[in-house]
Amino acid sequence: MSELTFTQRFHAYANPTRFMALSGKLVVPLGIITAVLIGAGLYFALLDSPVDYQQGETVRIMYVHVPSAWLGLFAYMVMAGASLVALVFRHPLADVCAKSAAPLGAAFTFLALVTGSLWGRPMWGTWWVWDARLTSMLILLFLYLGYIALWATIEEPVRAARAAAVLALVGSINVPIVHYSVVWWNTLHQPASVFRIGGPEIATSMLIPLMLMAVGFTFFFVTLLLIRMRVEILRRRVRALRLATAEV
Amino acid sequence: MMRAFISVVKRDVALAVQVGGGGGMAVFFFLVAVSLLPLGIGPNLNLLAKIAPGLLWVALLLSSLLTLDRLFQADFEDGTLDALLMGHLPLELTVSAKIIAHWLTTGLPLVIAAPFLGLLLNLGSAHFLPLVGAMLVGTPALSLLGAIGAALTVSVRRGGLLASLLVIPFYIPVLIFGVAAAGSDVSIPGAQHQALMLLGAVTLVSLVLGPVAAAAALRANLRS
Repeated sequence: MSELTFTQRFHAYANPTRFMALSGKLVVPLGIITAVLIGAGLYFALLDSPVDYQQGETVRIMYVHVPSAWLGLFAYMVMAGASLVALVFRHPLADVCAKSAAPLGAAFTFLALVTGSLWGRPMWGTWWVWDARLTSMLILLFLYLGYIALWATIEEPVRAARAAAVLALVGSINVPIVHYSVVWWNTLHQPASVFRIGGPEIATSMLIPLMLMAVGFTFFFVTLLLIRMRVEILRRRVRALRLATAEV
Repeated sequence: MMRAFISVVKRDVALAVQVGGGGGMAVFFFLVAVSLLPLGIGPNLNLLAKIAPGLLWVALLLSSLLTLDRLFQADFEDGTLDALLMGHLPLELTVSAKIIAHWLTTGLPLVIAAPFLGLLLNLGSAHFLPLVGAMLVGTPALSLLGAIGAALTVSVRRGGLLASLLVIPFYIPVLIFGVAAAGSDVSIPGAQHQALMLLGAVTLVSLVLGPVAAAAALRANLRS
């Protein structure tokens, strides 16, 4: 396999059986890496990082809230990229990837909204505020839920895949809006402290646990994505078998 | 090609007028929704005047959502959409023609009804003209973006609710800018004008995005 070019391998793993073989080998190692990263991240986040001079211990919610929000956006980008590949290159597994990523992204977005709300009540005095950042994240959740609903409603898989791909691509305009919402509008949510021109302005002792948690969450997302893709491929095989026996 | 385009527009307008229901029922729903809100909130005229632009826009959005399944479903079910797909006009232009007809028979009547319903909500006299202007700029965006949801769910029976759910995230910028352009917040000078410009930008983007995405969604539903 290693003497193939990247493009050749890209097309090779379009074969679901090869994908199942490779992903089956990857899931357990990725899971172990996830556990190690999140474990280390939690140790530093909860025990070995400084308290905030204003917020005290409550700032530690940030180490869950921020990576969740990042992963919510990242999952949508994975979904939109997979949808583009599905529509343009007709890669057979691209729509499986997009379908599998959606509930994960929705869960991360929901987690970000809930942890943000729990953080907001003691710190900023409110469970919710209709500023640009929170509203655009809520719209992101609506987009995820609509995408999942579309897959669930259209029964024919090929038709559902193409329609869902169109929806994911149209909704991808919300991703830059979420990121730049704190720049374009005056919000209660704080402006970007890490992903900004000029580099991160957060203290290193807080940046390291944050990055550990973020990378750990990303590996968690990839592990679950592979598992969900495998389940979806198996589900389609069952459906095909059922249809074949029904014709007999 | 221009003749084909215009004939599609004329056909859809004629169908909407003769079959009836679309525009008239949307205006009726607009009236009913606007009447429900003061019944729920209370008849305090000062309060109603403050929130009137927002209430009118939200009711307009909901009325527009209800008319979306008229765009493609009937033609999909009797095979006309297949015939149009094979025809001389590209599908994107066919969709644009249908959207124009939809706006003429649904969006425009709603905009005309809005100032009269504003009277029911004690809308301030300074807000009438900006509101109608904002709605004239914004309702084409509602038809264009709504076509995406209608096209995605055209093969689903009773998919009207799903189409509404899919389309609402795209309607939210129209709502936010539309209400600001109607002059609901006069504390910041120039904010109303800025909101109108941004609303126009949203409509122009949807002018490209709507027909292209709706045509792609229709192809996905027609061919599989």
